[in-house]
Amino acid sequence: MAIKDKLSGNEAIAVAMRQIDPDVVAAFPITPSTEVPQYFSQFVANGQVHTEFVAVESEHSAMSACIGAEAAGARTMTATSSQGLALMWEMLYIAASLRLPIVMSVINRALSGPINIHNDHSDSMGARDSGWIQLYCENNQEAYDNLIQAIRIAEHKDVQLPVMVCYDGFITSHAVENIELIEDEKVKEFIGEYKPQYSLLDRDNPISMGPLDMPAFYFEHKRAQAEAMKNAKRVILEVAQEFEKLTGRKYGYFEEYKMEDAEVGIVIMNSTAGTAKFVVNELRKQGIKAGLIKLRVFRPFPFEELGKALSHLKAVAIMDKAESFSTAGGPLFTEVRSAMFDYAKDTKAVSYIYGLGGRDVRPDEIMGVYKDLLEIARTGQVKSTFNYLGVRE
Amino acid sequence: MTKERKMNIREDASWKEMLQGGHIIDAGNAEDFKTGDWRSMRPVWLPDKCKQCLLCWPVCPDMAIPVENGKRKDFDFDHCKGCGICVEVCPFKAIDFVEEE
Amino acid sequence: MGRMIEIRWHGRGGQGAKTASLLLAEAAFDTGKYVQGFPEYGPERMGAPITAYNRISDEPITIHSNIYEPDYVIVVDETLVSAVDVTAGLKKDGAIVINSAKDPEEFRPLLKGFEGKIYTIDARKISVEELGRYFPNVPMLGAIAKITKLMDEDAFIEAMERSFHHKFATKPHVIEGNMRALKRAMREVKGL
Repeated sequence: MAIKDKLSGNEAIAVAMRQIDPDVVAAFPITPSTEVPQYFSQFVANGQVHTEFVAVESEHSAMSACIGAEAAGARTMTATSSQGLALMWEMLYIAASLRLPIVMSVINRALSGPINIHNDHSDSMGARDSGWIQLYCENNQEAYDNLIQAIRIAEHKDVQLPVMVCYDGFITSHAVENIELIEDEKVKEFIGEYKPQYSLLDRDNPISMGPLDMPAFYFEHKRAQAEAMKNAKRVILEVAQEFEKLTGRKYGYFEEYKMEDAEVGIVIMNSTAGTAKFVVNELRKQGIKAGLIKLRVFRPFPFEELGKALSHLKAVAIMDKAESFSTAGGPLFTEVRSAMFDYAKDTKAVSYIYGLGGRDVRPDEIMGVYKDLLEIARTGQVKSTFNYLGVRE
Repeated sequence: MTKERKMNIREDASWKEMLQGGHIIDAGNAEDFKTGDWRSMRPVWLPDKCKQCLLCWPVCPDMAIPVENGKRKDFDFDHCKGCGICVEVCPFKAIDFVEEE
Repeated sequence: MGRMIEIRWHGRGGQGAKTASLLLAEAAFDTGKYVQGFPEYGPERMGAPITAYNRISDEPITIHSNIYEPDYVIVVDETLVSAVDVTAGLKKDGAIVINSAKDPEEFRPLLKGFEGKIYTIDARKISVEELGRYFPNVPMLGAIAKITKLMDEDAFIEAMERSFHHKFATKPHVIEGNMRALKRAMREVKGL
């Protein structure tokens, strides 16, 4: 039976890491991710895990140590936020291109400057093309569930790619909510033993990793890396199915909330999706056919599936908690609208950038977005494609 | 002496045939690559002066001095890059160093 | 759908308002509720006004914004009543609970026309007398449980006792003191 508990997002992640019991954790503290290595190092000190905990001097070193450990054949995990992720940047690409299945929690926080410790998605959105799989989480439960599934996805022989599990700083990381945990032994059984295909410490099969790749070969290796990302699409669903059998909790590329008969909807990620569900319920009470899609898997991007899921809407708002400075909407908008070009040509799409630097998003503001969408649906006219929600004009 | 090769480091290999991440799993695969054409200077072995002391053999970075039955033979020019270390180390001036033509 | 209760806490950095909000979430969880407990993080300085929140419901809670129209406001430090707009957005039929030795109506003139219920609890006196030190959290929780009727009283007392046994396993005298403080607060809250 599931274990009912109440935990903050960071506590839930630390518990999941204790149950996973990785071989190596190398981490450097940064708000709001600090509690993850802090709680986990207590498990190490108490002897509850067999993990080698490497306290490093920077996030660049943290990711470097993770790469070294994973290349040596160790199941390796870490956590970071914001500037920490930014400092890891060059190593992120190396982890992915060396095909090292490291699993990292990214506790989403705005990037400086100006300096800000609060939540938005500019950190992980900036790393979207680094070759890491990215899973996004609405609450502590999803953070916990996704972290456990991430191990299986990353280490699958057809994938062999690192995974970021992203959840909102403070809003999810520091809020205590109800959660259902899985028993330790069931988690162990689900993730299985890590058997790396190639490892530097395999004496019988000597190997070099990270060689210079000339123009005659680099492109082929990148093409193979892209194929692994394609394979991840299949593996993510397979792992989700197994996870559902274990827990009864259903996961896919995205969650469709009251979408079957919806006429207007929004596409959104992480904790604000929960607030938006509350708004959808309020609208439904008024007889308005509102729905929402909460994207879980941003990398690989579910291009066809998401495009098709929006095809029956009259209007959709795509909400970004990150600014791309393209002057043409946030990163999520750009990609969703690109999918809609092939699969949802008749649905009007608008962009909203919201919640930057921890600006709280109130239900009435999201209600305002739906009101805008209803107006677009009624008139068939889009007055403003690129919008900001909750900024003082 | 060609070993069994598991990798496909060939310029006509498709991405599907190549190993993930550019990992190199075949030790000693340098012998598959003719790097001798990098050479601008060429060592010339003078068997008459050579005392077979074999001091040249361990210092060669490219293992381009074949040894059989305790005696060195002429250079492996498929892999000698002309660094000249053997020339410097030879106590008997039994290796000349000339410009490659 | 069951009613969702929203609570806002006002305290000063270092006084434990955040911890109190987490304790309330824990107690409500232990009586079978869905809960949220979260602080609003700002510049964290000792003594600076801080805000924390609770949502408590019989149904799962998805909303993740701050709380703007609370059902209850809890003021852990009475000097905040004049320093912060503590009744901002407080529902007309809501209530405010203030940690103070004063009578509730003495605060009415300071609360900017707030017409709802005002309660006071002398958490300092109870805490000092029962625990020998000033830890306002437990008496505050007792008062809140009494006022809000969020949880069945007996279930709440049992949940708190379990929690104390867990936290103070090696200090049984602390458990007794806390239980006395809790029950006294439930009796002594003014304004009922």
